[in-house]
Amino acid sequence: MSEVRAEWPLYEVFVRGKRGLNHVHVGSLHAADDDMALRHARDVYTRRNEGVSIWVVQSKDIAASSPDEKDPMFAPSNDKVYRHPTFYEIPDNVPHM
Amino acid sequence: MTDTATDPLQAGFDTTIGHGDRIEPRDWMPDGYRRTLVRQIAQHAHSEIIGMQPEGAWIGRAPSLRRKAILLAKVQDEAGHGLYLYSACETLGVSRGELTEKLISGAQKYSSIFNYPTLSYADVGTIGWLVDGAAICNQVPLCRTSFGPYGRAMIRICKEESFHQRQGYELLMTMMRGTEAQRAMVQESVNRFWWPALMMFGPPDDESPNSAQSMAWGIKRNSNDDLRQRFVDMSVPQAQALGVTFPDPELRWNAERGHHDFGQPDWDEFMQVVKGNGPCNTQRIAHRRKAHEEGAWVREAATAYAAKQAAAAHGQEGAA
Ligand SMILES: [Fe+2]
Ligand SMILES: [Fe+2]
Repeated sequence: MSEVRAEWPLYEVFVRGKRGLNHVHVGSLHAADDDMALRHARDVYTRRNEGVSIWVVQSKDIAASSPDEKDPMFAPSNDKVYRHPTFYEIPDNVPHM
Repeated sequence: MTDTATDPLQAGFDTTIGHGDRIEPRDWMPDGYRRTLVRQIAQHAHSEIIGMQPEGAWIGRAPSLRRKAILLAKVQDEAGHGLYLYSACETLGVSRGELTEKLISGAQKYSSIFNYPTLSYADVGTIGWLVDGAAICNQVPLCRTSFGPYGRAMIRICKEESFHQRQGYELLMTMMRGTEAQRAMVQESVNRFWWPALMMFGPPDDESPNSAQSMAWGIKRNSNDDLRQRFVDMSVPQAQALGVTFPDPELRWNAERGHHDFGQPDWDEFMQVVKGNGPCNTQRIAHRRKAHEEGAWVREAATAYAAKQAAAAHGQEGAA
């Protein structure tokens, strides 16, 4: 149990929702380095097209995903329509859903 | 107790809460407020993480690729919910490692609902409909909770929960259109999960001593009994549309109150499950502990790799 103290550093995550908007702080995560932080941020904070670009910041450092990475990084969520509630047909007579 | 009349920090906090504004991590806050939030957010985060297990057990046995992909996405969402909440909890000054330790040592709790087993595939649908449904009732008011990071995490979570509930309900509708045996499987599953779902709102208000303080602090926005009533009222017409019943002989519409009357869950059973004596408590914690311990080498290797890369980037001297 000694490895509890060797925690990965904490990163703050900023996501640009779409072109024309600022990057906005969305939360934080732990990662061993910048690359892993970006990859984790993509999976944790942008599973439903919430962003087109991510910055991760550890203390004074800032790392941003390049615009070129947008396609491979965000493409997988486009074909997973079943993540969205409208994918499911619920009859009109079922309330509150 | 702090003397609110003379303590400017306490007075500032009280004013912020009084205006319905949010408290942010670097604001001064009473120790009790911080402690209550740490306990509640940690318990909530642990519930999301442990909550992956009952449904995760069916990923490999889902009846079609479509259902498997849906279930995988749903369970992945729950992991995400846990991470949003751990991140909110850490803004209060606790570390992730500490939270994980407290979960696997049993020092912090998670929702009692996840200590019940998933015995049939219909349970995947019932959990989506009733368990995620009850979670939605609890969580929607928490989007306005007084601690900023917690409320923001809840907003993200609530956006994703609708998919969870609807995929579960649709799964059950599909089974109800199937064979007699499939319909019986749905009813049996609903019978097992109804009472544990009602327990998710916590003990009755008169036995929930911390609720009043939590409401005064704006952490909680509704009482346990109010939320439970709301859930029952929402679920009854959904059950009718689905063609199932709830196992409660006292459940009926009360025109005078404009709400359904309903029976009480077995609160002794609830206390037993909370104390660790539910059907799956040991298994759930053992599984989480195993995953944590067996992942240790991955965490260490990633740390070593990052250190090596950083050394290389800073020139030759540290790279050897
Ligand atoms: Fe969740
Ligand atoms: Fe959920």
